[in-house]
Amino acid sequence: MTRFDQLRVPRMNRRHFLHCAGAGLFVLGASRNLAWAQSAAQSVLSGTQFNLEIGEMPVNFTGRHRTGVVVNGQVPAPLLRWREGDTVTLRVSNRLRTRSSIHWHGMIVPADMDGVPGLSFDGIPAGGAYVYRFKVNQYGTYWYHSHSRFQEQTGLYGPIVIERRGGERHPADREYVILLSDWTDVDPERIFATLKKRSDYFNFGKRTLGDLVEDVRKTGWDATLAERRMWAQMRMNPTDLADVSGYTYTYLMNGIAPANNWTGVFRRGEKVRLRFINGSSMSIFDVRIPGLQLTVVAADGQDVEPISIEEFRIATAETYDVIVEPKDDRAYTIFAQSIDRSGYARGTLTPHPGMAAEVPPLDPRPLLTMSDMGMAHDMESGGMDHAAMDHAAMGHASGGETGTAIHHASAESGPSVDMLIDRASTGLDHPGVGLKGNGRRALSYADLHTLGGPIDRREPGREIELHLTGHMERFMWSFNGKKFSEAEPLRFNFGERLRITLVNDSMMTHPIHLHGMWSEVESPQGEFQVRKHTVMVSPGQRISYAVTADALGRWAYHCHLLYHMEAGMFREVEVSRGAGDHE
Amino acid sequence: MSTGSPVFCALILVLRAATAAAAEDPSQKPPPGSGPTESERGHVAPDPPQHPMHEMSNERMIELMQMEDDAPFSRLLFDELEWREKNDRDAVHWDAEAWYGTDYNKAWLRSEGNRIEGEYQGLAELFWDRIVGRWWHAQAGVRHDFGEGPSRDWIGLGVQGLAPHWFEVEANVYFGEQGRAAARFSAEVELFITQRLILQPKIEFDLYGKDDPQNAIGSGLADSEIGLRLRYEIRREIAPYVGLVWTRSYGDTADFARVAGDDADELRLVAGLRLWF
Repeated sequence: MTRFDQLRVPRMNRRHFLHCAGAGLFVLGASRNLAWAQSAAQSVLSGTQFNLEIGEMPVNFTGRHRTGVVVNGQVPAPLLRWREGDTVTLRVSNRLRTRSSIHWHGMIVPADMDGVPGLSFDGIPAGGAYVYRFKVNQYGTYWYHSHSRFQEQTGLYGPIVIERRGGERHPADREYVILLSDWTDVDPERIFATLKKRSDYFNFGKRTLGDLVEDVRKTGWDATLAERRMWAQMRMNPTDLADVSGYTYTYLMNGIAPANNWTGVFRRGEKVRLRFINGSSMSIFDVRIPGLQLTVVAADGQDVEPISIEEFRIATAETYDVIVEPKDDRAYTIFAQSIDRSGYARGTLTPHPGMAAEVPPLDPRPLLTMSDMGMAHDMESGGMDHAAMDHAAMGHASGGETGTAIHHASAESGPSVDMLIDRASTGLDHPGVGLKGNGRRALSYADLHTLGGPIDRREPGREIELHLTGHMERFMWSFNGKKFSEAEPLRFNFGERLRITLVNDSMMTHPIHLHGMWSEVESPQGEFQVRKHTVMVSPGQRISYAVTADALGRWAYHCHLLYHMEAGMFREVEVSRGAGDHE
Repeated sequence: MSTGSPVFCALILVLRAATAAAAEDPSQKPPPGSGPTESERGHVAPDPPQHPMHEMSNERMIELMQMEDDAPFSRLLFDELEWREKNDRDAVHWDAEAWYGTDYNKAWLRSEGNRIEGEYQGLAELFWDRIVGRWWHAQAGVRHDFGEGPSRDWIGLGVQGLAPHWFEVEANVYFGEQGRAAARFSAEVELFITQRLILQPKIEFDLYGKDDPQNAIGSGLADSEIGLRLRYEIRREIAPYVGLVWTRSYGDTADFARVAGDDADELRLVAGLRLWF
């Protein structure tokens, strides 16, 4: 084992970080003279041999001491820097009193290197170790995290950056990792139990009497009451955007709370590459840097045709590489507000250490609206009886797309599902709930075109349709109405190209992650659009992607909202020779 | 012949092999024409696992994954724990429930009653609770009434759930000794005035199949209670409240109350604490 590039440098604003154990910043970049730019130190490990030690340490992100799960004494875990083409060996030892694991998110590795206890291996027992060894055949921005219970929530997550062989397609003068996460002082087991007892516990953005008065004033009694009645009939809450909110979360940027302001320095005129990673457990962020155009050059580690935007939504586990070119002698705020606007992570890009920019106010909390979800048609047609309400057509309407009729499995009409949709639209051009019409140009999946085409141009030989289902009140989450413990594995034939179609029957946005194989998202016309490891599916959306089952073994397939996964929104995918089922 | 000939033959062979392979599954044939895409060249499938996972029991898998999606939880709720103004007499009233169980099946304990000048009067019930539909639970169990008169025991059946407009509804029927029957119905709703200030209207009815004079109960609709409680959630779990409760007795039950010197129709101020954990 060798440890390289342990960049430990003089600190500025050190007093800000004294009570922030493990807090730090990742500086990357071609030149070492960037060291002065750091405001706090955190190790970057590079090379081919790595020793990672999982343990526990006191941390303090909020003013209260808590115990975090650390890697080499740090939250977030150290940045791992690899080179495309290298074979890396990672010896991971576990000093916890419980079983642990590390999953390399987005890495295409053999099944026994994937790090999911129970599917890939037995996990790393307390006091034990596991040696991961695989060839790195890809490049870009990824991350790693524990796949054991709630260890990811309590700190076990870190970035991976892989250098492209032959140099970056879009060279930058400087680059930073921007790792977003959510920290809570509350034991995650207690949060999970709380959600089972009262699922709206963390929602402090409900509609109140004041909102009713306001709506009546704006739209009149009839419209207000009709709208209220519709939600009330469905027993759904239009403010239900995040199950766990800023009420308990402190949102972190590179492990630093907003008040402590993570800072990255640039020189005017430089091209700065920002590698955004959403390493949170339950949070979806809307990211922008007021005053700067963001040029997205990669999504989930895959280079895309550069697209210039002002704001992007990053779902849990997704990564985006963004290039900015700050030209003025001023500081810029990197602002990442949570989807429910209950809080934000924040940092600063500045030409002068110590200079900061204004932090924008949180946007108004978005409401899920019927028109957002394609129900307007049905209302206009007038035939919306109670049954139709229950099976509300919530297609993710976009540009007059009428949507596809959806058929449901019998398990979905059981008690584990609170809502089913009749029609759904692909709506790839919809940036997500609350991002349309805010005056900023927001990224949507329709803007993303992976360079180099698909990894496999064969037409998918069959299609598996899966519905993202749940019950808000009971906090039950599933695919097709069946929790992990109730479902059989999905079986893929080794070598086949197949299509997975996800239909989101629920009112929440779910980031769905298939291990071991790429998810090649298709346009509504069935053309290759973007290659992803984690696919964000908005409420009422229907999204298809092609998968090449070239990875033998047993794999995890799940919603990357940690508490949804633990509640059962998880399936095993088994890739084997000649064992395909045809759902 | 030129030296190009063997190369040409080899090319033909390769092409034939490729065509044959593709012909095995015509639907999975790559489109003709262009060569492999940049991504096709760049992508490397992972090697098969050197240590494939062995078969294991579900219990073992849960232990390794630490992901038990049908684990039991529990909750204790004092929906009402309150002091009631009652003609210079102190009355304490409670309405509490506790459950333990999984998403599908729970043991459900419920109790409701009053303590007036040291005397307890009320009921306790233990149910098996199962979710049976999108919004409803079915319940079956036993109920025990206690108080000044002789205690009564019942077998109970009921439903509990969330009606449209977020009304939390409970409806139960009971069958007791000596051909007794009873029914209870309650409905409540929560109205958010602010994120923490919550108004909770609630109605309850008690019905009985036949007179039970020893317990001052007449047949038919016996009592109703309409409550309006305004609580402030200091935390979601802890909420002090004030409210008004209008209780009313009907028919023979009202007569029994009057005989005992109680009002059959009372509007009372209440103050209490709503608690759960």
